[in-house]
Amino acid sequence: MVSKTHAFHVTPEKVVRKIVEAGVTHIPYLPGTERDTIHNLLTAAPELTLVPVCREGETMAIATGLIIGGKKPMVMIQNTGMFESGDSIRGFTYYARLPLVMMIGYRGWVLDGQARDSAGIYTQPILDAWRATSIPLVTDEDLDRIPEAYGIAEETGRPVALLLPDDASVPKASGASS
Amino acid sequence: MMEVSAAFEVVERYRGDAVVIPCQTARQPWFDVSQRPELDILFRGAMGKGTSLGLGIALGRPDRKVIVFDGDGSLLMNLGSLVTIVGSGVQNLYVFVLENGVYAGTGGQPIPNRGGLSFSTIAKGCGFSVAEDFDDLDTFAGRFPELIAQPGPVFGTLRTHPIISDYNPDEAMPHLFKSCADVRQALADAPEEG
Repeated sequence: MVSKTHAFHVTPEKVVRKIVEAGVTHIPYLPGTERDTIHNLLTAAPELTLVPVCREGETMAIATGLIIGGKKPMVMIQNTGMFESGDSIRGFTYYARLPLVMMIGYRGWVLDGQARDSAGIYTQPILDAWRATSIPLVTDEDLDRIPEAYGIAEETGRPVALLLPDDASVPKASGASS
Repeated sequence: MMEVSAAFEVVERYRGDAVVIPCQTARQPWFDVSQRPELDILFRGAMGKGTSLGLGIALGRPDRKVIVFDGDGSLLMNLGSLVTIVGSGVQNLYVFVLENGVYAGTGGQPIPNRGGLSFSTIAKGCGFSVAEDFDDLDTFAGRFPELIAQPGPVFGTLRTHPIISDYNPDEAMPHLFKSCADVRQALADAPEEG
């Protein structure tokens, strides 16, 4: 449950626009609660190819393959799926050492620090344990950092997590289904 | 039943410029026969994700065939990837499971329901239009050239003798890091036409 007194202000249209501007080609993807709003926007973007998966751990492997094939993927999953994907994150960043960028839907994230959902409680500590770089996307201004994520991943050889608040706090895009 | 190394000799003859991903204990016999190591990813780690890695390369380079040799224990860890592969619409991916009934990389413990499941039937149920079983080398050797010549995705089950081994972090084969870097460079050096 997101605190109503600490609203996020992330515009879905700008999320997708910044992803496109970053040169992303493919999105290995499994919907989370925050994806309801932007799914249609992603689907409508001709520059992007969605690769729907059955389980989140597939996404890191697919992304690695896409990088090997010369493309620029962005993994898009929910934090709970990231928990399930630990061995893939290990295997494909620490073994293959390719620049993995993940947009993580942050279920249970609250700005007052009083998370009431275990998904919210454990997300940041787990990312820290992976020595991943975390970039919170709390406001529209933060979205300007999306392209930067790829440079960080390439430079550090570690995954970069773009943390997006869940759908409860993202304004609905006009025309998006719910 | 067939020996993995004998099956791989057949595959090597017909691979052309395909990217090949042998997983887990299949790495060593493939490493021994391959004539194009710059196009091989000797995959270990993230057990079960070799099919997904192959899908990513196939999507990234639709002009190249990608051949994955997965283990049965590995594939059981990522059966959903077969659905993902078919759903992606990819046409250049060829998945072969080496069915030996055991977790060969950890000493040979049996997989669940050993002998009581059909990977090719599962693959067909996932939407693969081609999914065939091979119990002996001659049949596989006779059929493989046709399988690799047709559009994918293609699935095959090869019943093989296990190669029992133990985890060895100091093995002599190239590290996954080098495999990925080499193939990335080889593909970049031969850009997609059109």
